[in-house]
Amino acid sequence: MSSLATYFSMGGYASYVWTSYALTAVVMVGLAVSTWRGMKARESELKVLQDLTPGRRGRSKDTQG
Amino acid sequence: MHRFANPARFLRLAAAIQPWTAAATVLLIGAGLYFGLIASPADYQQGQTVRIMYVHVPSAWLGMACYSTMAIASAMALIWKHPLADLIGKSAAPIGAAFTFLCLVTGSLWGKPMWGTWWAWDARLTSMLILFFLYLGYMALANAFDDPTRGAKASAVLALAGFVNVPVIKFSVDWWNTLHQPASVTKIGMPSIDPSMLLPLLLMGVGFTTFFVTVLLVRVRSEIMASKIRAIRLMQIHSTPGAVASGEVVG
Repeated sequence: MSSLATYFSMGGYASYVWTSYALTAVVMVGLAVSTWRGMKARESELKVLQDLTPGRRGRSKDTQG
Repeated sequence: MHRFANPARFLRLAAAIQPWTAAATVLLIGAGLYFGLIASPADYQQGQTVRIMYVHVPSAWLGMACYSTMAIASAMALIWKHPLADLIGKSAAPIGAAFTFLCLVTGSLWGKPMWGTWWAWDARLTSMLILFFLYLGYMALANAFDDPTRGAKASAVLALAGFVNVPVIKFSVDWWNTLHQPASVTKIGMPSIDPSMLLPLLLMGVGFTTFFVTVLLVRVRSEIMASKIRAIRLMQIHSTPGAVASGEVVG
C-alpha cells in the first residue's frame, strides 16, 4: 500500500507528472471524440439532403437551368 | 500520386486503413504507458519528472510532423489545384495545434521543477510558440471567407510561408544557446539515451503518429462530406425558382 503511495507521489513531482499525462489524455481523447462526432453529424446531414433531392446524387448536371 | 487524389478512391482507402491505425494507436500507446510509467527507471538527474518526456517529446514531434503534412498538402493544392490536398491541410491543422499546445504545456510542467521556471523566451520555446500561432492563423484564415476555395488558397500560402519555422525549431538548440537541451534521440551516431527510456519514447512516438493518421483520415472524410453538402445546397439554390423557398427546405 505504501509502495503504491510512493509510486503515485512520483518522487514529490506528482502534480507535474500526472497533470502532464492527464492533460495529454484529455486533449487527445477530446480531439478524437469531437472529430468522430463531427463526421457523424455531417454524414447524417448529407443523408437527409440526398434523400430530399432524389436523382441528384453525385455530380449530375441534368437539372441545371 | 494522382490515383489517390480521387475522393472516392481516397474514401475507400481510408476505410480500409482506419481500423488498423486505430488499433495500432491503442496498442502502441498502451505499451508506451506501461514502459513509460512502470517499467522504466527514474532519471539520475531529473528523477521522476523524466516521465513527462514520454508525452512531451512525441507531442513536439507530431506538432512539427502535422505542420510538414499541412505545408506539403498546401504546396500540392497550390500547384495542382487538387481539392483533396486542401482538405488534408485543413484537416491536419487542428491536430497539429492540439499537439503543439500539449508540447508547450507539458514542457512548462517539466520546466518548472527542473529549470525553476514555467517559461523562458529561449529560441526553442519561442519558435514552438510561433508554430502554435501559425496553426491558429491558418485555421482562422481557412474559415475567414464565404467562398471556401479562397480561404483554402490564402491559408495554403500562409502554411508555406510559415514552413521556414519548422527547421528553425529543429535546429534552434544548435544555433542558439538555449535553456532547452539539444536533441538526444536524433544525434549523429548512437542516441545518448538509455534503451529503457528510448523504448517508451519510441512507442509513444509511433502511437501518436498512428493517432494522427487515424484522426486525419476521419477529418478528411468529414471535409469531403461537407463539400458534398455545400454542392447540393448550391444546386438547390440554383435549380429552385426563388432561393427563399429552398432556403426554407434545407434550413
